[in-house]
Amino acid sequence: MIKVRHYTIALTLLVAMVFQIIPVPAQVDLYRPDWVLIVLSYWVMALPHRANVGVAFTSGLALDILLGTAMGVHSFALSVAIYVLAANYQRLRNYSVWQQAIIIGVVSALYHSLLFWLMRLLMDVNFRFEDLWPVLTSMALWPWIFWMLRKVRRQLRIT
Amino acid sequence: MDTIFTRGPSLNIRLALALAMSVLLIVLDYKLDTFSTTRVFLNSLVSPVQYLANLPGQLLNASAQRLTSQQALIEENQQLTNRILLLNEKLQRFTVLEQENAKLRRLLDAPVRQNMRKMVAELMAVDNTPYSQQIVINKGAIDGVFLGQSVLDERGIVGQVMEVGSINSRVLLISDVTHSIPVRSVRNNSRFIASGGGAIDELYLSHVPHSADIREGDVLVSSGLGKVFPEGYPVAEVTRVVRDESRPFAQVNIEPLAKLNRLKFLLLLWPQDAPESPPVDGEVSSD
Repeated sequence: MIKVRHYTIALTLLVAMVFQIIPVPAQVDLYRPDWVLIVLSYWVMALPHRANVGVAFTSGLALDILLGTAMGVHSFALSVAIYVLAANYQRLRNYSVWQQAIIIGVVSALYHSLLFWLMRLLMDVNFRFEDLWPVLTSMALWPWIFWMLRKVRRQLRIT
Repeated sequence: MDTIFTRGPSLNIRLALALAMSVLLIVLDYKLDTFSTTRVFLNSLVSPVQYLANLPGQLLNASAQRLTSQQALIEENQQLTNRILLLNEKLQRFTVLEQENAKLRRLLDAPVRQNMRKMVAELMAVDNTPYSQQIVINKGAIDGVFLGQSVLDERGIVGQVMEVGSINSRVLLISDVTHSIPVRSVRNNSRFIASGGGAIDELYLSHVPHSADIREGDVLVSSGLGKVFPEGYPVAEVTRVVRDESRPFAQVNIEPLAKLNRLKFLLLLWPQDAPESPPVDGEVSSD
């Protein structure tokens, strides 16, 4: 049990990455929520001394390799998004889950626009509004991830 | 409890560090391309995650296979037998034509086209960043896959290998925004360049003059001019030609013949002058 406790954050992030790259039909793929961003957001708000910008940077690099983007693109966007949450974690903790979901939506929109602009700098991509669907699905997913991870955290007493 | 700010550098410094590192990595990777060798290693490092992500789909497939009824299997068998019959009939004519073609080419002193070694690969993962269209296949450096290798499905060209891992590799689809392929029209041999636009079912012909002889329904095959793709494999069909004289070039939309959104089995090609060769046992008959 002691061992699992030490690796819980890493394990949840790993599961989030698996969900992020799991192959699904193209129609569903459009609505894929930002699993890694959401799971990281929870840990940053709950345990900011365990997970913050450094972890975000590392998981961003892993995402870059998994998704085949230029190294540093996802780590850049994820670091900024997580920084916003880490800087305000005391305030965000006091919000209700639904208010937090809206904040997650805003952060996810920031994350996607950063990704878009970085890609835009590197190659000639065009903005499509469909690419912002993950913002809404991430908002919808947040409460469930929040309740689940809180349960995990309390059960395993991770501090 | 202790707060983050009591230990280590402050949050702002961490962010500045992370951003500086990211920008440095982007420049190193994208502009200077220093990671091409490290990527092989990194890709192999994360391949367990990819296998893990692939597992649910594979399990579903396996259970679906176990649950198919005998009736369905018999029907499928019947269909496949019929198809083999039809294809064999075509093949009979094809062998004669091939011989004839080789003879004619020899008469003209043109080089005879050589057969290529091929290998069947399976799709492992589809990449879902909206800004890039890539897939991962289950063959890698140990199977002799090399950078820039052409990948096909049963209908036409799918893309080229862009990163080689030890046991899997990443393929850039022809529909990616950064990809272009030299093609020629089957009807009149005029040459074009087909570029991806980021949509999975549509490509564009770039810099087509208004006077170019191209119409809807024309089939485009690879011209082999870029020395990446072998010559003569089908690529796309023209779906729309707009000749708006107020624009510098005609706008030509084409649809890839390969079903890029429902790939499952793919074919890897080894031309004669390939930098690597496949191990003999994994090879599909080269004839």
